[in-house]
Amino acid sequence: MTTFKKKFALGLSTLSILAIIISGCGSNTGSINTSNGASAESETNTGTAQNTTGKVMAGGTVRVAMSTEPDNLDPYLSAATDTQSMMDNVFDGLFEAGENSDLIPAIASSYQVSDDGLTYTFTLNQGIVFHDGSELTAEDVYYSYAKLSGLNGQEPLSSKFSSITSIDTPDDYTVVIQLKDKDAAFLAANIVAIVPKDYEQQSEKPIGAGPYKFVEYKPGQQLVLEKNENFYDKEHAPMLDKVEFKIMPDTNSAVLALQSGDIDMIPGITAQGVLQLGDGYTVVSGPQNMVQLMALNNSVKPLDDLKVRQAINYAIDKDVIIQTVAEGNGTKLGSNMSPAMKMYFQEGLEDYYTPSIDKAKELLKEAGYENGFDLTLTVPSNYQFHVDTAQVIADQLKNVGIKVTIKQIEWSSWLEDVYNNAKYEATIVGLTGKLDPHEVLGRYETTYAKNFFKFSNSEFDKLVNQGKTEIDEAKRVDLYKQAQTLLTEQAVAVYIMDPSRTVAMKGNLQGFKMYPVQKYNFAEMYYTE
Amino acid sequence: MRFYIRKLVAFVSTLILVSVITFLVFQVLPGDPAQIILGVDADPQQIAALRETMGLDRSAGERYLTWVKDTLSGDFGESIRYHRPVADMLVERLPVTLSLALFSLGLTLLVGLPLGIYIARKDGKLSALLLSLFTQLGVSIPSFWLAFILILLFSVTLKLFPTYGYTPWSENPIGAIKSLFLPSLALAIPGVAVVIRYLRNTLLDQSRMDYVRTARSKGQHEKGIMYRHILRNALIPVITIVGLLIADTLGGSIVVENVFALPGIGSLLVTSIGTRDLPLVQTMVLYIAIIVVSINFIVDILYKVIDPRIRLKR
Repeated sequence: MTTFKKKFALGLSTLSILAIIISGCGSNTGSINTSNGASAESETNTGTAQNTTGKVMAGGTVRVAMSTEPDNLDPYLSAATDTQSMMDNVFDGLFEAGENSDLIPAIASSYQVSDDGLTYTFTLNQGIVFHDGSELTAEDVYYSYAKLSGLNGQEPLSSKFSSITSIDTPDDYTVVIQLKDKDAAFLAANIVAIVPKDYEQQSEKPIGAGPYKFVEYKPGQQLVLEKNENFYDKEHAPMLDKVEFKIMPDTNSAVLALQSGDIDMIPGITAQGVLQLGDGYTVVSGPQNMVQLMALNNSVKPLDDLKVRQAINYAIDKDVIIQTVAEGNGTKLGSNMSPAMKMYFQEGLEDYYTPSIDKAKELLKEAGYENGFDLTLTVPSNYQFHVDTAQVIADQLKNVGIKVTIKQIEWSSWLEDVYNNAKYEATIVGLTGKLDPHEVLGRYETTYAKNFFKFSNSEFDKLVNQGKTEIDEAKRVDLYKQAQTLLTEQAVAVYIMDPSRTVAMKGNLQGFKMYPVQKYNFAEMYYTE
Repeated sequence: MRFYIRKLVAFVSTLILVSVITFLVFQVLPGDPAQIILGVDADPQQIAALRETMGLDRSAGERYLTWVKDTLSGDFGESIRYHRPVADMLVERLPVTLSLALFSLGLTLLVGLPLGIYIARKDGKLSALLLSLFTQLGVSIPSFWLAFILILLFSVTLKLFPTYGYTPWSENPIGAIKSLFLPSLALAIPGVAVVIRYLRNTLLDQSRMDYVRTARSKGQHEKGIMYRHILRNALIPVITIVGLLIADTLGGSIVVENVFALPGIGSLLVTSIGTRDLPLVQTMVLYIAIIVVSINFIVDILYKVIDPRIRLKR
């Protein structure tokens, strides 16, 4: 009586399992040939050696894992860093961001600033064409900048261009820009994309003059770029044929996909991810020009007391945080500037507060908090990195009697409560670096709307205001260095580290460069044999 | 007839309630959608302009009524984040989630039903014990973990299936099956465990019933008793489970779609909630509610068809 049922039940289940296996194997050969051919071969190489010295190979496709979707393909309507890193390959500006927080001439071949610092004259390269084949002239720059500054009668799209009073185009390759006030930060703003005039479909089909052309964007799946054969800068002409940004929200699956050879590059991989990958991959790591800090609300008790803030700084051992939270992949900081901003970075501040529990206790005693106090540390829950940091800090502050309560809130609530309204005591966040020092340090100006530190210091305000209008570079550097020192002395926050950006790539993918802005320059990348 | 009218009223009022609650939750949740979309470094002008285009400057009541009116006329509005009609996006993504759900449900039943019957027959023996152990595991393993194990085994080591992504049916049916197989399996394994457990329990319960003893005493073949009597009576709870499984699959697909980077409804729902994309979330929640409520409706009807006693009771 049992034999039939046995056969029936077992037969049915094995049949279904068999069907699964067959469908899996049968279809396998087909797709490896179509989409995976090249990568499947190179996989074997990467396992054996790191091909850093292989022969340079032209062509090839790079598949990059991106954890977020682009917010808007129109360069003027997008604000997300990830989107800009992708689309920077499609668009070129008058300048491009260089590796050392410098500006590299791109569409502009040269520029001049008048003695009063109010008139900028840009000379454009000749013979640049947009991806639609039309030539790029001064009129396109006019159209682009009029849009950004609001000179076209619409709302201005960027505050960085709001001080422009007029734009003139005396000939096809000259653009003269007049500013209302001296603005030393204006120069760095010129990395913004130049778009073809009267083209209003940037959100659907972006057209620029960059090294790669936009091909397609499938929401939830991928954004594809292909090589621009007519790229004007022959010296930096792209070698890779195609770049495919794959939207992969889960970072763990991205690591697995790199291991299986389904993708070629992960721009932001965790330390654990690198360990999991093992040998045979190109891993590039360095400061990303981000400042991870514990912001202190300088307007609430007892944090309004300088001694208390200094005590907190003495009580926290940044090296321990870097070791435990970032697995050692971070650069210790002492003020709100990363060494990635080579020119403006003030050295030596990172050791201003050498960890000392005694000193911290002494300062607390002087401030009248001998027995410590309670502190609420609000952290955005979706950033595990900051949550982990908060835990280490809570532990360290316990040693001096400060009882920390960690309050995890959602990112959108963080933006609302902490960032917009400064309703918090202490928080941990990473502030992304900018190309211009004013955009970085201007966050602490008394009049800055989003000064969530509630820091107000007339000497500091004076320094950054001078910096904003100082055209002489050496003097400007000095002013911003002084401003950094002041932030450290005033213990406005606990400046922890610049967590390294780590990029993992297939072993034979080379040429990735780090920039002080999050920029993935695919024009410089290539495969080796 | 009264039965159907009552069901229909319940159906509609559930949908209204769902839409109101979804809308209200979004009003209470902190966070400005414009700020979330544009991020920390956005200009105040940019945020103000975006708020206006999103209609956030109007009152909540006004926005809800407009939404209801538009939805009833078939216009689901435009996604805040993607600047595209919500209807278009759903049409694009529905096939992915539906294929995933059908695939995993198929797998679940194809494997679960025979195994459940087998275990019930073999109750108490070692093989059954082992299978019970498997069901215990299957029920308790979280699906994202299962998903990673499957990727590690089938994609990284054996290289049989892609680790991520989706191939549309129209492009390449074999590719579509391949891209859906691992995610479906991740969803199906817990489902199989549930089906086996329920089926085993109900079959054992039924086999202790008087009618089985009667049938046996009449000298009926054991095989016949199983398929003609026990299984038929055990079908009612199984139908309930299948209904629950479909609802479960929709929930599980959110996690699984994220892990496998599948462009389905689940992953869209996650990003939309994160970005406070109200038009998109509202329509999706409504759509999911319609499916879940309809399944319950169908299950009720099926009960009546299979077991006439239910009709009498109501």
